[in-house]
Amino acid sequence: MTAAAAKAQPALTQQEAFVQFLLRMGDNTLILGHRVSEWCGHAPVLEEDIALANIALDLIGQTQIWLGLAADVQGEGKSADDLAFLRDAWDFRNLLLVEMPNGDFGQTLMRQFLFDAWHGLMLEQLKSSSDERVAAIAEKASKEVAYHFERSAETVISLGDGTEESHNRMQAALDYLWPYVGEMFLSDEIDAAMEQAGIAPDPTTLRDAYDTRVSDVLAEATLTIPESRFAQKGGRTGQMHTEHLGHLLTQMQWLQRAYPGAKW
Amino acid sequence: MYAQMIKSEATQDDPEKLAAFQARIDAGEKIEPKDWMPEGYRKTLIRQIGQHAHSEIVGQLPEGNWITRAPTLERKAILLAKVQDEAGHGLYLYCAAETLGISRDEMTEMLLDGRMKYSSIFNYPTLNWADIGAVGWLVDGAAIMNQVPLQRTSYGPYSRAMIRVCKEESFHQRQGYDVIRRMAEGTPEQKKMAQDALNRLWYPSLMMFGPSDKDSVHSAQSMKWKIKMNTNDELRQKFVDQTVPQAEYLGLTIPDPDLKWNEERGHYDFTDPDWNEFFDVIKGNGPCNADRLAARNKAWKDGQWVRDGMLAHARKKAARKHAAE
Repeated sequence: MTAAAAKAQPALTQQEAFVQFLLRMGDNTLILGHRVSEWCGHAPVLEEDIALANIALDLIGQTQIWLGLAADVQGEGKSADDLAFLRDAWDFRNLLLVEMPNGDFGQTLMRQFLFDAWHGLMLEQLKSSSDERVAAIAEKASKEVAYHFERSAETVISLGDGTEESHNRMQAALDYLWPYVGEMFLSDEIDAAMEQAGIAPDPTTLRDAYDTRVSDVLAEATLTIPESRFAQKGGRTGQMHTEHLGHLLTQMQWLQRAYPGAKW
Repeated sequence: MYAQMIKSEATQDDPEKLAAFQARIDAGEKIEPKDWMPEGYRKTLIRQIGQHAHSEIVGQLPEGNWITRAPTLERKAILLAKVQDEAGHGLYLYCAAETLGISRDEMTEMLLDGRMKYSSIFNYPTLNWADIGAVGWLVDGAAIMNQVPLQRTSYGPYSRAMIRVCKEESFHQRQGYDVIRRMAEGTPEQKKMAQDALNRLWYPSLMMFGPSDKDSVHSAQSMKWKIKMNTNDELRQKFVDQTVPQAEYLGLTIPDPDLKWNEERGHYDFTDPDWNEFFDVIKGNGPCNADRLAARNKAWKDGQWVRDGMLAHARKKAARKHAAE
């Protein structure tokens, strides 16, 4: 969409902007939780099977609360499940990063690390949100995410600084995913409305802390951050997801779509 | 569960030591890793606990098959938690087996090349969402039936592992029953799924207890050692007696026209599973044997670079620490 077309859209109400913000949070955890759950039974070692299931579980748990609140604020009588299972790709507001395929274990863990580093910073800020419900979710989720970050950072370090093969694979994963990092720090009128209301920080303000956090770990992992700051975007606005999201939704939403109205 | 067809190893030990060992078991004492034990006892236990551990690991696959298609966020979360528990069971069962002098990696290699088995039930597919309910209700139900007595087994680490496993399995069974109950009470399509799941999984669940007592030649020694607490047929009967009223409550039909209450015996009479099918599955010819083993082999092979990388890093780190001291 061109800038002119974007401007031509009517301004969002505060309520609509808030819903969009909540969808962004909840869709991130939903889509990443789903991706991580795809690993079930296929991890390189039993401890990783357990850890991956644990992380997916945390993320799905967070999704229930974020999307539950989104549905409440929306006030159309929908549930978190309606939002998760009955929207099409263009209504999803997750970052492109989290819908990227699992690839090998290195790519999965690099994606997790790049997301966790942002997720932790974001939740830390949201703890002091002017909206008590948001602050309460952030309080709970940040404890889980602190563990996610610790674990993904440790794994990135181990594999980056492991064998030549593991190093090369981790560098390839970083090179592949780096263009999807920038989207986390883009800001639009929804973010402006959230910042103004004291609900959430302007994402651009998180970048410096993120860069420090990430570069410390990647240096220890002996990995090189790509120089380009080019950012693929379109996920958090819903303007252009990757081709991968549709396939993920096809699988995730199948039962709800095939048997409308059934209770499970 | 999940120890089927465990052959007791013959033992050629000092008769005096053997007698003393048996006396300890008869007195209800627990055998601990550092205690003397007959070689046959040790080997049989390795096979039994190892098979149980492998079953937990392979068992992730049929359930994982539906995690990405779970119909609600809550069901997805419950299933994830369950599969995570099972991987955890695998972990502490491997640890229990390791106390007998075998490593987890050795057992894994034996699973992957077919020298060790896992429960036959996981060679059946999960084809609709109600299967996830039926796995909890029937498969975990059968497992619990087998594991509850094993909490009293003679080998200490195994007994303690079973106590922990049983607590979580009972929870899984209730959750499974809740899934299938919801479907049995649901739309006609959902009810059809529930009945379809029961039709396919009933006999394979009965097979989980192993062959009929008259064909189960290895039971006597294991029962004497208290590493098997009940006969296969006893447990199978108990399972049927428990499950039939639950199916009736759900309005589902157990796929056995000859199933009926026997007033005289105080038990249900039921049709045995097709034992030819059972032995076929054990031999590798079940509907999913090839896929399950291929999936585990692929996970192990694809994960080699990860395990190597982690090990290499741990060594570098230790060397750096050593150099700094």
